[in-house]
Amino acid sequence: MSCALPAFAAVSQTDPAPPFAVLMELTHRCPLRCPYCSNPVALDAASAELDTATWKRVLDEAADVGALQVHFSGGEPCVRKDLEELVAHATEIGLYSNLITSAVLLDRARLERLQRAGLQHVQISLQDSEAAGADRVGGYKGGHVKKLEVARAVVAQGLALTINAVLHRHNIDRVNDVIDLAMDLGAGRIEIANVQYYGWALANRAALMPSRDQLLAMDAAVRARLPELAGRIVVDYVVPDYYARRPKSCMGGWARRFMNVTPRGRVLPCHAAETIPGMEFETVHDRSLSDIWRDGPAFTRYRGTAWMPEPCQSCDHKEEDWGGCRCQALALAGSADATDPVCELSSAHAEVAVLRDRDAAALEAEWRYRGV
Amino acid sequence: MNALTPHIGETDRLRLAPGVMLRNDRRRGEWMLMAPERLLVLDEMALAVVRACVGAEVADVAAGIDRLTAEYDAPRPEVAADVLEMLTDLRNKGYVVT
Ligand code: SF4
Ligand code: SF4
Repeated sequence: MSCALPAFAAVSQTDPAPPFAVLMELTHRCPLRCPYCSNPVALDAASAELDTATWKRVLDEAADVGALQVHFSGGEPCVRKDLEELVAHATEIGLYSNLITSAVLLDRARLERLQRAGLQHVQISLQDSEAAGADRVGGYKGGHVKKLEVARAVVAQGLALTINAVLHRHNIDRVNDVIDLAMDLGAGRIEIANVQYYGWALANRAALMPSRDQLLAMDAAVRARLPELAGRIVVDYVVPDYYARRPKSCMGGWARRFMNVTPRGRVLPCHAAETIPGMEFETVHDRSLSDIWRDGPAFTRYRGTAWMPEPCQSCDHKEEDWGGCRCQALALAGSADATDPVCELSSAHAEVAVLRDRDAAALEAEWRYRGV
Repeated sequence: MNALTPHIGETDRLRLAPGVMLRNDRRRGEWMLMAPERLLVLDEMALAVVRACVGAEVADVAAGIDRLTAEYDAPRPEVAADVLEMLTDLRNKGYVVT
């Protein structure tokens, strides 16, 4: 039975609470070619990217809608020559700036300029704990060494550093080394992420999926270290979806905490939302971020709980995980309207294990690098 | 085997971690610690503790506890227990560092 109350609340006239942050994908260009890149398989061309003046206007609109932070991301945001100018503008209007980067294009001088512009935090992705594996996954020779150099410079300059480590079959066994490396670099925080299978990663799932044994060993290793790490480094760790029994609250719930702007200005509730067929996306040329956040069709489509099917509709967890990830429901259950099949209450849950085990066993599978 | 990180004690000196700042958000009417990709909304008590105990101008945590004891006219041992627990939690979540 479904209760009428949540549906009633969702159609009331009150505006949604403002987003916490706006993610600005300044570009899809990137010198690396990670096979699990979260960018869409059809990348935006450099010539289609928003210009500096438009990004500044979008920053103004982010502040207007009530966002507190901006994430400059990509692709590789440092390929944009105007990054300093955009950070400075964000600072001027009171937004807190995070830089999400592969770091290979950064050096001390540019970091100093970014810090002067008001940058607070740099998140650097590492592809492995050791150079050979890292450079192979990133498809960029010398990348790992460069990243470590830049990471040390970030800390030396007094900026906050987060290490983002994406785990898969080829590096998951070195999770302890990755944690040690992050601590050695002086990171305040580490994200122990497991590949999320959308976009490029979905196409490469058979080449990336870890085995159940690998997963259990990694999980035990991380959990055993958490008490010792408390107070030394903040650990953000999520059990990988395909081995979980309950879905994660993707993006903190659809259209509840984040907005995402693509290089050419499409405004999305999450970076993978473009994979969902039949969605209508507005651009920054159509309406303001405030208008889009309030009642843009892509934002209202899965906001709240009214859209939910069973078993979510009568579930006690529906305001904790918001029914899981829509893009994953699409990828695994064939419909973005379904309960995320990662949930053991979903009728499609058993198939997730079948797909997972099949892909985990495909040890000879080779990935396709992210293209341009 | 690594030892557990000790609790915050009265002789510690604390500052905000890199990338963390105390901000007032006028729209929401709230004080918060803004941090890398996160924030923590502070209630009145937490704000008072951060102001009294964290920052270069504070001699040490003990001085902050003295100040709060006087301000709230409460028994010092109780204030100290609550404050040290809150500060340890803020340290473990990466908002303050010694
Ligand atoms: S995942 Fe790899 S290829 Fe994709 S943007 Fe990040 S560094 Fe570049
Ligand atoms: S049934 Fe839906 S709301 Fe309940 S735990 Fe599963 S995904 Fe979450």
